[in-house]
Amino acid sequence: MDEIAIHVREAYKVFHKQSLFPWNRKNGHGEKKRVVAVDSISFDVSKGEIFGVLGPNGSGKSTLIRLIATLLLPDSGAVTVFGHDVVHDRIAVQRLINRVSVEASFFKKLSPMENLIFGARLYGLSAQQARVQILEILTRLGLERSTISKPVEEMSRGMQQKVAIARALLTRPAVLLMDEPTTGLDPRSKREVQALVRELRDQDETTILLTTHDMVEAEMLCDRIAIMDAGKIVALDTPEKLCAMVPSHNGRSPTLEDVFLELTGKKLIEEDDVE
Amino acid sequence: MISATTRQLRASYAFVERNAHLVKRYWSWELVWLAYSIANSLSVSYIGLGMEQISGQEIDGRYLVLYLVVGTLVWRYLSLIFYWITDVIGLERWEGTIEYTLMAPIHRLTHMAGQTAFAVAYSLLFTAIILAVTVKLFQIDLTNANLFGMTLVMLSGSLSFIGIGIVGSILPLLFPERGAQMTHVIIAMLLLVSGVYYPVAVLPPTLRMLSVFSPATYVLDGTRKALLDGLPTAQLWPSIWPTLVAGAIAIPIGLWVFGLAERYAKRTGKLHRNG
Repeated sequence: MDEIAIHVREAYKVFHKQSLFPWNRKNGHGEKKRVVAVDSISFDVSKGEIFGVLGPNGSGKSTLIRLIATLLLPDSGAVTVFGHDVVHDRIAVQRLINRVSVEASFFKKLSPMENLIFGARLYGLSAQQARVQILEILTRLGLERSTISKPVEEMSRGMQQKVAIARALLTRPAVLLMDEPTTGLDPRSKREVQALVRELRDQDETTILLTTHDMVEAEMLCDRIAIMDAGKIVALDTPEKLCAMVPSHNGRSPTLEDVFLELTGKKLIEEDDVE
Repeated sequence: MISATTRQLRASYAFVERNAHLVKRYWSWELVWLAYSIANSLSVSYIGLGMEQISGQEIDGRYLVLYLVVGTLVWRYLSLIFYWITDVIGLERWEGTIEYTLMAPIHRLTHMAGQTAFAVAYSLLFTAIILAVTVKLFQIDLTNANLFGMTLVMLSGSLSFIGIGIVGSILPLLFPERGAQMTHVIIAMLLLVSGVYYPVAVLPPTLRMLSVFSPATYVLDGTRKALLDGLPTAQLWPSIWPTLVAGAIAIPIGLWVFGLAERYAKRTGKLHRNG
């Protein structure tokens, strides 16, 4: 049996738009905004699997990643990484994971080298070890050596994203959480990142949880895909089996995009029809 | 395999090194800040020389200058420590890196120890420069001053301000938009009751009572005794022990409160918002 890397059981997360101070809170007129971001979802990801999460904006993908990344606490349910609970065993989980998000967040005045050494030290690496690895990873990502000592703010969005990926790889995570890592990248950079994702799984057996809006990317990279809508998983299977869920149109085999629209978009049309 | 202690030490040093890099990159801002601080100290100290003319009475202006110089220097030192520590969250919110730092497998004590070590070193250097300029300009004679005792009083006083700073740092965590500005209230209250520019005896009874609980009161008293009266180090003990006690209480409380605030931020999703 495959080893379970990520285990999510009935995870539930709701956000209340409410002030810390009681006198600022709305009074019983239903004005207090309540958003169920993750609605009792369950799934397992095996070690070495590339698991995709698709969903429209606001469907709960990033919240799910933050729950696994220990950046949010679930209201109920359980999330574990290689058996370690994200709430009760925070540091053990954090040693195993790293994350690449859609915003490549850095100290913008510092160089990639300074930013990456800072990140490496937080994970217990020495500067000497880190320097060697940084050069190796950035070269692997196709980043020129001359850019390594320039401030991050002088780099293009694509280059910054590569540095963000390097930051995650530097700690050799067993689980890599990638939240729309290729959004905003040019086609070439996108392909390089996609090749790297495959390489990480094939060579290092890294477990990857990937959220994306790019259906082709999801179909190409992921072993299994979960489609989320309004905080719930509406479908979960291999790309092939997901495609088989919808009928073909005009003799054309359905794509993942057709499945996505069928499961998320079509529902909205039906609601409009009712009105 | 590296030990857990080495891991945490490396992580702690990461904050020292990162802050040093930031100071280096923002060097022009540091110069402006230094010029502002020197001008501020001098303008307060000149009140001492002007008092004779203002009051029309014979006053020991040199003594008064030194009294005010001590006030400005001690206050600059303590407030710098406070601001560097409260900036532990504010800075990362500004850069958008907060989630990456709080996702790292480190204890909050490790995190704060690094930020604190840098804060103390930076504040000592900064204050020493202002002291050098002030001494030169006012031709202050420090031959009878107990500089060692003064440093000891200031270092022991740092501990309590570290604790207060950690408590203050929760404000940017809880209030992403205005939390950083809210920290000024804490420092303003301490400035009012601690006798920075006047003896606490002139305060009304309520404020005078509050001055007993401000560690800055003892730091200022001890520093003045060491610099103005040249009291030997052993006789400075009555000014040292209250600050040590305050530090021993404030630091654990600060860490505990920070832990609660971090949990609240993770429960309500406040880490994500970059204010």
